Amino acid sequence: MFLKGFLDNQFSELRKLQDEGTPDFVAEVVSLFFDDCAKLINNMSTSLERPENVDFKQVDSGVHQLKGSSSSVGARRVKNVCISFKECCDVQNREGCLRCLQQVDYEYKMLKTKLQDLFNLEQQILQAGGTIPQVDINETDTLLNFANVQG
Amino acid sequence: MAVRDLSSSSSSPELHVLAVDDSFVDRKVIERLLRISSCKVTTVESGTRALQYLGLDGDKGSSGLKDLKVNLIVTDYSMPGLTGYELLKKIKESSAFREIPVVIMSSENIQPRIQHRCMTEGAEDFLLKPVKLADVKRLKELIMRSGQAEEGKTKNPCTKRILQDDIDSSPSSSSSSSSSSSSSSSSSSSSSSSYHDDVSSLDDDTPSSKRMKLESRVHD
Repeated sequence: MFLKGFLDNQFSELRKLQDEGTPDFVAEVVSLFFDDCAKLINNMSTSLERPENVDFKQVDSGVHQLKGSSSSVGARRVKNVCISFKECCDVQNREGCLRCLQQVDYEYKMLKTKLQDLFNLEQQILQAGGTIPQVDINETDTLLNFANVQG
Repeated sequence: MAVRDLSSSSSSPELHVLAVDDSFVDRKVIERLLRISSCKVTTVESGTRALQYLGLDGDKGSSGLKDLKVNLIVTDYSMPGLTGYELLKKIKESSAFREIPVVIMSSENIQPRIQHRCMTEGAEDFLLKPVKLADVKRLKELIMRSGQAEEGKTKNPCTKRILQDDIDSSPSSSSSSSSSSSSSSSSSSSSSSSYHDDVSSLDDDTPSSKRMKLESRVHD
């Protein structure tokens, strides 16, 4: 279950918006999201850098934006870290914020890798003349089995 | 009249929607949602840009940048600079644009009082993010029906009142679900962030007085 828990229903909602005319829509949106992550994480890292001078307002703003965009693409695990991250921010816990920052960095990169695998797999299926089954994103084992059958 | 002339040559009239959101990701998603629902879309990244587009940025002579009449405005609530609420106010204060329906989008953190304040100020609806295709479809139907009611207003004055009741009693699933999730996460009250306005001075109105307020606004 290589994607289980990483994505929520919103990802499926995005898939609905993709068609033959816009076959790269989801890939484009998630790509924007990952760029956003990198930029926001970098900014927040700078704000958290000096213990004596943390700009928690800026960090809070970054977390808010990250939570928003992760929610919009269905990046469930990233979004959940943002919830904890916000709590650390609210009580101005720099150590907690740094841990969350590290975790959010890990999660988005992990998701990026997995989605790249998924998109590559789908490309292979399409090129082999198959079609992508509409499966529950948390049941992507089905997709992998299907791919094996297609050979 | 805000709604595009329904007797235009195309068989199904297209709404032109102005979408306002500071998030690049969200703009891309809302644009696609609207396009796939057969709407023309213009996206801007701030309330200020939205006002410029409409020609409401203080330059009295300008007609703005828009080439097509705008039939609906969808805006994020929490944006840096001009918030969605402030944008809503400016639009409703303008004689040229006050009839354009404005819909506010927000995340679950929004307090019920803020939502109420937007509705009182004249927001057509409140969408909970992340926005889904079903939300946009429902919204489009609502706007199209209002447009037809506008057309028939001179012929049948009762239509609009009936429609208003319709809107008030419609499930508005996004509004009610955001209320319930706001009450459970009420610990996240006004943060120091510039996005969240302090609404501590507002009264807590009952649903019936909210309805009265909406109706009195319609009939002024």
